[in-house]
Amino acid sequence: MLSVKEIGKSFGGLTALRAVSFDVRQGDIKALIGPNGAGKTTLLNIISGIHKPDNGEVVFMGEKIVHLTPSRIARKGISRTFQHVELFGNMTVLENIMVGRYAKTKAGFFSSGFKLASIMKEEEKILQKSGEILGYINLGHRKDELASNLPIGEQRVLEIGRALATEPHLILLDEPAAGLNIKETRDLGEIIRKIREELTITIVLVEHDMELVMRISDSITVLNFGEVIADGAPLEIQKNREVIIAYLGEEEEIQKGYNAHP
Amino acid sequence: MLTVFLQFLFSGLTVGAVYALVGIGFNITYNATSIINLAQGEFVVIGGLMMWFFSESLKLPFFVSVVLTIITAGLVGLLMERLTIKPLKNPDLLLMIMITIAVSIVLRGVLMFFFKKDPYVYPAFTEGEPLSIYGAIIQQQTLWVIGITGFCIIALFFFFKKTIIGKAMLACAVNPTAAQLVGINVSRMVMVSFILSAIVGAIGGMAITPISLMEYDKGPMLAVKGFCAAIMGGLGSNRGAVLGGFIIGILESMTAGYIHSGLKDAVALVILLLILFFKPAGLFVSKAMLQLRKY
Amino acid sequence: MKKGDASAFLLLLFLIAVLPIFSGSAYTLTVGIFSGINALVAIGLCILMGYAGQVSLGQAGFYGIGAYVSSVLSVHAGFPIVVSMLCAMAVAAFAAVILAIPALRLKGHYLAVATLGFGEIINIILNEWGPGGPSGFGDIPHFNLFGYTIHSTTGYFYLVWGLVAVVLFFSINLIYSRTGRALRAVHDSEIACNAMGLDVAALKIKVFILSAVYAALAGSLYAHYVTFISPSSFSLFYSILVLMMVIVGGITNVWGAIIGAVVITVLPELLRRFEELDVLVYGLILTVSLMFFRKGLVPILIEKIKKLRGFAVVKR
Repeated sequence: MLSVKEIGKSFGGLTALRAVSFDVRQGDIKALIGPNGAGKTTLLNIISGIHKPDNGEVVFMGEKIVHLTPSRIARKGISRTFQHVELFGNMTVLENIMVGRYAKTKAGFFSSGFKLASIMKEEEKILQKSGEILGYINLGHRKDELASNLPIGEQRVLEIGRALATEPHLILLDEPAAGLNIKETRDLGEIIRKIREELTITIVLVEHDMELVMRISDSITVLNFGEVIADGAPLEIQKNREVIIAYLGEEEEIQKGYNAHP
Repeated sequence: MLTVFLQFLFSGLTVGAVYALVGIGFNITYNATSIINLAQGEFVVIGGLMMWFFSESLKLPFFVSVVLTIITAGLVGLLMERLTIKPLKNPDLLLMIMITIAVSIVLRGVLMFFFKKDPYVYPAFTEGEPLSIYGAIIQQQTLWVIGITGFCIIALFFFFKKTIIGKAMLACAVNPTAAQLVGINVSRMVMVSFILSAIVGAIGGMAITPISLMEYDKGPMLAVKGFCAAIMGGLGSNRGAVLGGFIIGILESMTAGYIHSGLKDAVALVILLLILFFKPAGLFVSKAMLQLRKY
Repeated sequence: MKKGDASAFLLLLFLIAVLPIFSGSAYTLTVGIFSGINALVAIGLCILMGYAGQVSLGQAGFYGIGAYVSSVLSVHAGFPIVVSMLCAMAVAAFAAVILAIPALRLKGHYLAVATLGFGEIINIILNEWGPGGPSGFGDIPHFNLFGYTIHSTTGYFYLVWGLVAVVLFFSINLIYSRTGRALRAVHDSEIACNAMGLDVAALKIKVFILSAVYAALAGSLYAHYVTFISPSSFSLFYSILVLMMVIVGGITNVWGAIIGAVVITVLPELLRRFEELDVLVYGLILTVSLMFFRKGLVPILIEKIKKLRGFAVVKR
């Protein structure tokens, strides 16, 4: 479904990504993990079109997308959530989902202003579909609340719901569990699994919560200092020495740590 | 040929000096608060009109009038900050723009009430023959304007780069929270910045009035051109504002002289739009710095 | 359209129909006509600022384009008035595109000053190259449709407010539609909009065009009513005036634009006696509104009404 090929990106003197390559199979939940500053969010931003890479290519469903604008990429079927929740805070929960339906609908300035019958029908469908999605993510009871008034856990779920409204083939989730407690994280994991199983949407997940990652991912790519250091199934990754070093430091350091604090 | 050119050049430098001072005024407020005070132009008008009031109407001695004018301007800046800026908790950008516009209207209204719509003038700072450079006639006041502007620039340079207060003010705009944490009284810095920018503007007004007279409604155009000067050099950079101001003044003067006087005001506006559209960070500043600002 | 809007709309239609009957004095109707013309500009600005979150201090430019283009075409080129007006709106739309495209990247102060600069440049162009220059020109024909010319004040009142009603209807529908939601979304988070497939650039350009077209319509109505125009009516002062209308009325609500327009248009009439104080009073009203009634008259009124209803329910 998605192929990242030799992506490189520098910001001024800082090399954020170097020759990053990996594949995402259709229907998989692929996790991108790595210590802070490894370049994970930059990579997501490149895939979704916010940044242009210095070299390399991203191929989505057979098509090269690196040169496209973010909204064009979205219309191709990639949707996403953000590390710092980017909801439409002054709009209601329902309206947030409805905006997600934008790319699938047509009403323009003229047809909306003059309230043409065809537009009214389309509007009803938008309302209906959005209501369904809200129900699917269990936020129906919040539908008329201002998005900014929701607790963070529900905000993150709403963001996912909004992404779902675009009927994507692939969703990029940027640290969806950040700031969530154990129960909220578990619910989140359930929703992600539901999306993959029932809606057959492929998912790329950037996360720090290892418990969540190991539990739901099919495949994991590990980044460190902008390079891929491991790529494989969760069990393999857990045992991979490089990964352990990247997260925890060299073994001697760990030993020293234990000796210092018995 | 040369005579005419020099004549235009000097008149451009003169008016450019005022634009530079207005631009510096913008920078002072911006550097301390990240707010762009669209009432900046009114301070210039206040400077000119109050100077007239003290020296011509009350017939007070020159230096006394200068001091009183500066005090008045400072007071106006203080009042503006205390009454309209300080009370606002968490203002959004639009509100800030609107409030400074609203205050500029109030100031204009007060000036109009007391001074009506007439132009005002008072004698130049020094009596004497105008100079002649290659046939171009340069009034002594012109030299005063340029000299005073230069003096202000140097004084402010020392203030911001060398004194603690100046550096503290710069810290406030970049990160008010951090500034507070190191003991800087942010709210007082904000107040000082308004007072200072008002005084700088007023000085410009005081200096230019003997040459080009002063009316109650010159504020907005001065603000626009001064803002143009400020962003030309990159908002926040006084060196840039000075360069910008002189460039605008000279281009304006050349356009009025060689092409068509009605297009005078358009020059600054076109430059303004070109810069905003293509190089909003200014001709000398990097984009990265822009992102550091609050607004 | 929500219930509240529908009732308000009917009330408006009623008031429009009835005002000339109750107070047929030419003076009241004239003030009413100018209120209506200003309301058109204000509604456009309200949508641009309150909903789409953009800033414009240059609406006078579009207003002036509307007035001048329509007048010149009907006087010098002999176009029928309606055609001239439509052409004026088209020219304004074009000007809006020219302004909006480079302005797309600008936000906040920069956008405000850019639009201000734009408005001022239009003003200078009108001063330099408009027929009659700074003194303006006259003999502009009254509004004329299929041979029937409107001369009377009452006729104009109905024409202007009739158009206000149509524009309002259009605008309210727009706000509650997919497009309206998109505009509000752009206001809240452009990056999220792009990620959801919205073409933010196109939306911004279109909403600028909308505000320009409304202003141009108002400008041409103005020109064909007063039959004499000069560049001084289309200056920064007018742009700020329109801004005041939107803010005083309530930037988040189109009804606010109408109320604000009426209030700000009527005010100078009330202040006629204090002619020297008018600028000062304008400034004070604006400052006080911004500081204490930030939300604007209409939203505050709506809140008060909701609270009262809340009490009524509790008491039962």
